[in-house]
This record gives sequence, structure tokens and C-alpha cells, in this order.
Amino acid sequence: MNAPELPRSFDPGERELPNPLPRPEGEFETLKRAWKPPRGLAFITAVNNTYVGLWYVGTAFLFFILAGILALIMRAQLASPENDLVSHGLYNQLFTMHGTVMMFLFAVPAVEAASVYLLPNMQAARDLPFPRLSAYAFWAYFVGGLVFFGTIFFGLSPDGGWFMYPPLTSTKYSPADNADWWLLGIGFIEISAIAGAIEIIVGVMKTRAVGMTLDKLPVYSWAMLVFAVMIVIGFPAIILGTLLLEMERAFDWPFFIAERGGDPLLWQHLFWFFGHPEVYIIFLPATGMVSMIVPTMAQTPLVGYRLVVLALIATGFLSFGLWVHHMFATGLPKMSLSFFSAASTAVAVPSGIQVFAWIATIASGRMKLTTPSLFVIGFLFIFTLGGLTGVMVAVAPFDWQAHDSYFVVAHLHYVLIGGMVFPLFAAFYYWVPAASKRALSERLGRWVFGLMFLGVNVTFLPMHVTGLIGMPRRVYTYPVGMGWDALNLVSTVGAFMIAAGVAVFLFDLARNFRFTSEDNAGNVWNASTLEWLPNGNYNTRSIPSITSRDPLWDQPNLSKDVEEGRYYLPGTVTGGREALVTSPFDARPQYILQVPGPGWQPVLAAFFTAAFFLLLTVKLVFPSVICGVLAVGCVIWWLWETDPGPVRPPADIGGGIVLPVYATGPVNHSWWAMIVLMVVSGMVFTCLLFSYLFLWLVNPGAWPPQGVRIPDWIWPSLAALLYCACGALIAVASRQLRGSDRRSPRSVPVLVGVALPLVCGASALDLWTQWESGLSPSAHAYGAAVYAITSLQVFFVLTSLTMGAYTIARWLAGRLDSVRRTTFDNTMLFWYYTIGQGLVGLLMVHGFPRLTGGL
Amino acid sequence: MSCALAVAGCSGVQSALDPAGGDAQRIYWLTVIMTVGGTLIFLLVTGLLLYAIFAAPERRAWLGGRRTIVVGGLAFPIVVLSVLLPYGLTVMRDTDVPTPGALPIEVVGEQYWWRVRYPAEQERGEFLTANELVVPVGRPVFVSVTSADVIHSFWIPNFGGKIDMIPGRINRLNFTAERPGIYRGVCAEFCGDQHARMAFDVIALEPEAFEAWRLEQVKPAREPDLPLLARGRELFRTGGCGSCHAVRGTEANGQFGPDLTHVGSRRTIGAGQFPNNIGTLAGWIANVQHIKPDARMPSYGSLTGEDLRALAGYLESLK
Repeated sequence: MNAPELPRSFDPGERELPNPLPRPEGEFETLKRAWKPPRGLAFITAVNNTYVGLWYVGTAFLFFILAGILALIMRAQLASPENDLVSHGLYNQLFTMHGTVMMFLFAVPAVEAASVYLLPNMQAARDLPFPRLSAYAFWAYFVGGLVFFGTIFFGLSPDGGWFMYPPLTSTKYSPADNADWWLLGIGFIEISAIAGAIEIIVGVMKTRAVGMTLDKLPVYSWAMLVFAVMIVIGFPAIILGTLLLEMERAFDWPFFIAERGGDPLLWQHLFWFFGHPEVYIIFLPATGMVSMIVPTMAQTPLVGYRLVVLALIATGFLSFGLWVHHMFATGLPKMSLSFFSAASTAVAVPSGIQVFAWIATIASGRMKLTTPSLFVIGFLFIFTLGGLTGVMVAVAPFDWQAHDSYFVVAHLHYVLIGGMVFPLFAAFYYWVPAASKRALSERLGRWVFGLMFLGVNVTFLPMHVTGLIGMPRRVYTYPVGMGWDALNLVSTVGAFMIAAGVAVFLFDLARNFRFTSEDNAGNVWNASTLEWLPNGNYNTRSIPSITSRDPLWDQPNLSKDVEEGRYYLPGTVTGGREALVTSPFDARPQYILQVPGPGWQPVLAAFFTAAFFLLLTVKLVFPSVICGVLAVGCVIWWLWETDPGPVRPPADIGGGIVLPVYATGPVNHSWWAMIVLMVVSGMVFTCLLFSYLFLWLVNPGAWPPQGVRIPDWIWPSLAALLYCACGALIAVASRQLRGSDRRSPRSVPVLVGVALPLVCGASALDLWTQWESGLSPSAHAYGAAVYAITSLQVFFVLTSLTMGAYTIARWLAGRLDSVRRTTFDNTMLFWYYTIGQGLVGLLMVHGFPRLTGGL
Repeated sequence: MSCALAVAGCSGVQSALDPAGGDAQRIYWLTVIMTVGGTLIFLLVTGLLLYAIFAAPERRAWLGGRRTIVVGGLAFPIVVLSVLLPYGLTVMRDTDVPTPGALPIEVVGEQYWWRVRYPAEQERGEFLTANELVVPVGRPVFVSVTSADVIHSFWIPNFGGKIDMIPGRINRLNFTAERPGIYRGVCAEFCGDQHARMAFDVIALEPEAFEAWRLEQVKPAREPDLPLLARGRELFRTGGCGSCHAVRGTEANGQFGPDLTHVGSRRTIGAGQFPNNIGTLAGWIANVQHIKPDARMPSYGSLTGEDLRALAGYLESLK
């Protein structure tokens, strides 16, 4: 760890500003030049967070409109009983796509997109720490999402519901490709979401304004941090679920087929372990936005900052303990229902804290009734109602009636539209002046709000009753004379009112939204946070030191001083793009990160990744593999330019702070990203172990099933030995690579080179052992589970192999030495992880069946 | 919302708001209490919000502190939930309770209909029927459910909650009908193409009427007593209907589709879709794929009008 000591002169409270005026000739011009986006066709290679963020938000909003149109068709179909506007087949695709697109292509990307735009600005960072990763995430989502949506025009859309319950979605009952579109299309968009989450975690923890300690972090940043951690923990479950289901569909591995020892409920556990937190994943960023908008509109600091932050964390924590409330009707014992019932109602407490914090803030200030305020008020109305019906459905006996009826449709739309769409519209009206030359129209905004607010209530309030008088969900039509006709017609009218509101919003955007990164409308609301500092492509001219949660209110002249370059790092010390990396808790400057600029690599990598998955979906295996190889190639090409090493001696950023332009170890931003990636991988593996144990539970006495022979101890012991040996080799290589004298010992590539065949050998040995014992992956869920664990390990070993070879290549190219060793460190971390996973896997596969009575 | 509930609380054959059994009754009161309570809390919260916005600054000042959050956001929900949760759990404990001596019925969900089996009980023999559950008033019923293909969910709103029908698992649901009448159950879990057309009738009879019904059901199919009906039976045989459908007492013993031994006695056909009469039966046979597309039964459109009438007449006669 070569973090700089804190300079003595550093004190965020001091009156003297770090950099004197006048600023040197050309300093500002160099800064501007470094951050200029490319022109012409190459414009799409731009990676500035403002551009990527805006494209990202725009694309997410496009999917909101598209999925909304699907909903209008459904509402038109349901306007009267026995209507035949659309066929049952199309209707089933429509509701599956409506849910899937709204959840995976609108809601999660929209909040992630907004944070790509807002987070760096709010924290006065120059950019996110991995701008190319955001670009990659965006382009993968853009291409994959549009192709996925396009399937609706060809009748190829998935039609098994957004929850994709097997066995309905298994090959037997859904033989066509439709289900594969969901599994591969969505599986891969989840990867994009995880990339974004890694970016957000590192961005919040490592790139902040100087002095922005954790207790001065904007609530929005807190919300995004919790959001990203939840993605990292929750999304692996669905990624694993889609993997298992796709393996069942493609290779007939019976994870969910009851006749062969599988269980359809396994999918439901995996799906809802992701699916319920998903709701809060969408909701928390929206509350973060509200916590930024309310204080501005009331012109007073947020009341109960600490309580609100605690509530965010508590919500995130609790949300992982209540997935079973989606499974109250699956026949689980009442004992476990009681537990999940209690946990589900308990989540009302942190939500209550937030609601009352906003009410208290409004009461302590003077709320201006602007369009953002109206949307916030609308949010509070709608969300409170949705929250209360949420408590109702959390009570299991009531849920036995309400479950899968229109009551739940009403509840979830109140929660999601209230909890996410209204705050998002508030955010549009609130933050457009930061991205556009003109603010949006307050007059039109009132119409948008009025139509949407009325529309939502007219659509969904009656549905509570429709559900309780017996109308089930996901029906393409309903019989005459059930008493549902009038209620459905009212709901349809309401849906078109919402659509009218959105149409007025689009008109407002067309009239008033003029994107700019240089001369925005400015701080029109007199807000207190740093995204309202004067900014350009480089974000803020200099990086402020802040002493308050509301710096623009409490630190007079901050805007002017920042703009004149009187704060830290007013130019560029390496001539390229730079960001200031700060310590995670108290935001002290640690080093100057050389940020990569625009490039084709992330765009091409994203296109080829999308092509890999999409071609695989339509079973064009060979072209798909080519695209996969090209995608990996592009990623390597992209990585090759990273890890630049200390290109110059430590530089003065002002105020006597001298920082290195390179750092390794836990100070390094990519070290953090690698740790998060390991958590993601660990969660995928944990979910797989859970699946293994779950399948054991549904097969008491048949684990392993009759006739299956567990391989002899000798083989797994040998594999474990190989894993340990290669771990030791890597550890030795790491020791060899120590020292501040920029040594690059020849032993490093040799040790890594020897470790490569060892790790491959361990994994191959285990696979061979299972195969040799005659275990079939498709005969019984036992075999499927064993091969799933072994195959996942093979995938990790192959990744380690690529990383090891890449590390050797870096050494050969002279890009790896004892100082410039981030590449090696990250490879080492991943390698250790792979070894650990391999050992746990061996223990599980060979040890557990012996415990349960196998031989 | 409570007033909306009151308005809609009218009778319905498929309504949780018109309970016809003890469990549904308990859940109904839980619904009413939570709805009223929820409405009051909603009014309180939105009232405070409007007060915070519109009251004069000096009058609303008391609301603008941390105390509001601690009292309103922390203490208040904890108190409310500490009352609600035990009540809800008590309702759960008392709902869906197995009772000794209950009438056992087995229901298998299939795409897109219900196979119903009444196991033998003492001297009364077992029999199969479809898309219809007949239960005696006052006697607890114990339904075991599972699925033959994908996941379905068994829901009779007037009698209580739903229970999923999951392949490889057997779930149980207990309820008691306390009011004679005709109710409707429905599949609540999306199960594919014709999920929307997968319902069934529930008929609660006085115990004597139920026993009489059961006696009739145990009997084999009645012999056709008219030439037209005999011809219908012949068409049923030659048309291969028996490879999917069983008619006890004849050689038709197919297991794939619904048992038709007493199909004429059922209220509806097509899994609760159409009233059961000779016209709808004929329409169903000739046009299944038009009226319930992608159901497992093919349309038999090539039958002549007269043949169709004979076949439908035969089925209708299987009372």
C-alpha cells in the first residue's frame, strides 16, 4: 500500500483556498481539450458520464414508452369481456414483455442511467472511475435491449410471464425459442446491470469531493450505494437461475423436472431471492432522488439525515429476508410463512421513516409547488397507498385470497409507479436544467402531472376491487357477467389518461430540452448540492473541498471559487483525463487516477457481447462463438491501455497536497472493483450451493440416487492438492514482485506459467472423475447439480487462464513491474477466488453425499 | 377504498367479498379491518403532508423535527404492526385447518382443465369427474391438489384462499361450505395459452342432496334409450373419442381428457366456459380450436350436422 500520507497542511476547514489566482495560461484550455468528446461518427465512442448518462436515460425512457404501449394494447383488449382485439398468444407475449421490459429494460437501467449522469456531478468527481465500463454497459444494453424488444414484432417474444416459472417455460411446454430470448436476453442485460453496480460502488466510495465524508454524502449517493450492493447480492441469484433453466432447456439437465428429482420451486426461490429485492432496487434510488428534491423545494436541509440513511440500509437488508411472500400459496409450512409475513410487514418501518422525514422537511421549510414538487407529492400519495396494500398482502391469509389476482396488479403498480415513475418524472423536471439550455415548462408540467396522477388512480384503484371479486391476473379475456366489466372499462380509460400525460411530457421535452454540456440553465431551483456547480465536459473546473451537507448554501462563493480553479486539481497534471481518488470514509485525496478517454473498444466489445448472446439464442452457435471470441479480444484490447503506471512523479494538486498519479493495492480503484466482482462471483456460487442443497432436501434418501457411485477420495484430494499448489505459486510470484525499485523478475511469468496448467489440471481432473464414474447429468437432478458445480468451476478456471496469460503478456511487453503491478494484483485476487471456489466445490460434491449416506 | 369495497361487496359467484365458508369469512373480516385501518392511516399521512405544505409556518413548525420521524415513522408503524401481525397470524392459524372426518377430494390441474377424483369412502365407491367440485354443506372438505403438467393454482374465492398445484408435490387445502349455492373456482397461476379459460364450478349441496349426487356419480354411464343417442354412442366409439375420454360402462377408457361418464350432469363445459346443453356440446366438439384455441382437444369439424347432433345428444344424456 503506497498511499500518500496526509499532508500536514490539509484541513478541509481552512479559509485559505488551495490554489491561488490567477491560474496559469493554458491550464483551463488543456483541461477542456482532455475532456472533449470525439466528433463525427466517433461521437458514439464518447465515454464522458454526461453523454453516456444521457443516452442511457434516453434509452431507458424509450423502453418505458414501448412497454407502456404494450400495456395500452392489453388495456384495450380488457376493456370489455370476451374481446378479440388480440389473440391469446399475442396477449401472453404482451404481458410477459410488459413486465420484463418495464423491470429489466426500463426501471433498473433508468435508475442506473440517472446515476451515471448524476453521481459524479453530485460528488464533484470528474467522471466515474471506469468510464469505459459505463459505455460498455450502456451499449450492451442498447443493442441487446432493442433486439430483445424487436421479438414482439415477429411473435418470438417470451410468453411465460416475466417470472418464467418452469415447467411452463421448460422445453416440454415451451419448445420454441421464445423462452430462450428471455433467458439469454435478460441474463445478459443483468450482466450490464452488474457492471453498472460495480461502477457505482467504486464511484461512491472512491471518487468524491475532498472532505465529503460519509456523513456528508448526499442521500442520493447513499441510496445508489445501497442499490448497487443489493444488485451485487441479488442479481447473481437470477443469473444462476437463468443459467440452470437454460442448461435444462439446452442439455436436458433436470433441475426443475419433478420426475427426475428436480423441483419447480427451486426456480421460484432463486427468482424471488432476486425478484423481491429488485423492487427495492428500483425504489431506493427513487427515494434518493426525492431526498434531494424535497430539501431544495422546501429550501431547508433534510430533517433526519442519519435516520434516512439508516432507513435506506435497513430496507436493503430486510429486502433479502422476505422473498417467500411471493410464494405464500405454494404450500410451505405455516411456520415459515409466519416468519416471512413478519419480515414483510417490518419493511414498512424504514419506508415510514423516509416518508415522515420528507413530511418533516416540508414542514420545516416552505414548499414551493413546482412541477417536481407536484410529482413528489403525487409520489407520496400513491406510494403510501401502495405501501399500505403491501402490508395487507404481507399478511399471509389475506395474500391467499389476493395473490395472483388483480389486487396484486393494483398493489404493485401503486408501489412501482408511485415509488419509481413519479420520482423519476420529478427528477426529469428537477435535473433537466442541469443538462439543458432551458428548463422544462412549468405550465405543461402541471398537465403532465395532473393527467398522470388522475390516470394512475383511475386505472389502478378499481383493480383492488376487481381482484377481490375474483378476477385473476394474466388472463387475455374474461367471461361476461362476473361483475368485472365496468371496473375494467374504467381501468382502461385511466390507462389512456396516463398515456396522454406521457405524451404531453414528450411534447414538453421536444419544445424545451436542448442538451448542452457547457452552458446549462444553471441552478434554477437554488439547490444546495454540487451537481449545480458551474460545469462542463470536465465536470467542475476544480474539485472543491466541502465542509457541509449543503455546500452551495453553507459555503459562500463556492461556485465562483470552483469555477475560477481555486480548489484542487484545476487543470490536468498528466495532460490527459484525471480523477481524484479519495479515501472511502473521510474523502481525503489519495491519488490521481488517469481516466481512460473515448475509444472503440467498449463499443465494439458491447456489440460483440450482444451478438454472442443473441446469436446463441437463435442457435447460430458458430457465428455466436466467433462473436464471443471477438468480444473477449476487444476487452483485452481495451484493458491493454489501462494500468498505465506512474507516468510522472507525484504532482501538486493545490494546498500543498502532492499526490502520485498511480497507486496499487487496496487504495487502487480497480482493486475495489475486483473485490466487488469476487462478491458477485461468490454469490453466484453460493446460490448454486443453495440449489444443490435444496435439491437434496426434495430428494430425501436419494442423494446420490441409487446406482450412482461417488468417485474415490483419491481424485478430489489430488485436485485439491493441485489447487493449493497453484495458489502457493501465485503467492510466491507476488512476493517476487515486491519492491519500489521497479523490478520485473523473470520468475514471475515462469511461476504464473506453471500455475496455469495446475489450475486447469485440477478442474479437468474433477470433471474427468465425475465422467469416469458414469454419472449422467441428465438422468437425475443429482447429476445435474454436480455437473453444474463442476462446470461453473471450469468457466472460472478458463477465465483465470485468460487472465494469467494476459498477465504474462503484460510482463513480456514490459508493462508489469514491482510498481506497476495492478494487473498482477487483480489477476491474483481472481485466482485466489477461483482456487477457493474450487476447493469448496470439491468438498461439497465429494464430501456431502458421503455425509448423507452415499458410499 | 373502504367505500369502494362496500359498494362492490355485493354477491358474486367468484368473490372473496361474499364469503360462503368459515375461512373465507375470517379472511373477509381481516380484509375489512385492514382496509379500514389502512384507509385511516392513508388519510392521516396525506393529511399531515398537506398540513405540512399548506398550514401557516408557525402552526406547522412542530411537525418539522426529528420527533416527527421517530414518532410517525418508527413508533407508529411498530405499534400498528405489533397489533396487526398477531391478529394476522391468528387468522392464519385458524384458516385452512385439517379436520378429522373431512371429505377427501383429489384435484389434478391440467392444461387447461381440472381432473377431480372422489376416493372411495366406506361403502361408497370412487369416481372421477372434471371441472366440477360438488361438496356437502357443513362438512369440512379436504382437497389434495397436484398438477399433471405445469404449475396451476386452485382458488375458490368464496371459500378461502388459493393453493398452488405443483408437479411432483401434493398440496392440501381445507375448507367448509356453509351456504348451499353455486360458486366458481379458477386457475390463479398463469399456466399457458388458455389460462384465462380454466375455471370450474363449485356446487354446495345439502348433505342429502350431496349423497344422492354421489350415488349417481358412482354408477356407470346410462345406456342410450333412443336410437339417436345409440347412434351418438356409436359415433363416440368409431370416432376414437374413447382413446382420450373414459365413459365407465363402455369400452371408452382414455385417460388423457376429462372423464365423461356423467358429463351431462355437469353445469358447464370447457372448464367453466359454457352452459352445458346439446347446442354448446355440439359447438364444442366441432369448434374447440376456435373457441378455446390451443386446448389439447382437436376440432372435429368434419362431422355432419346430424352426426354432431347425435354425438352431442348422447353426451348430454349421460346424466
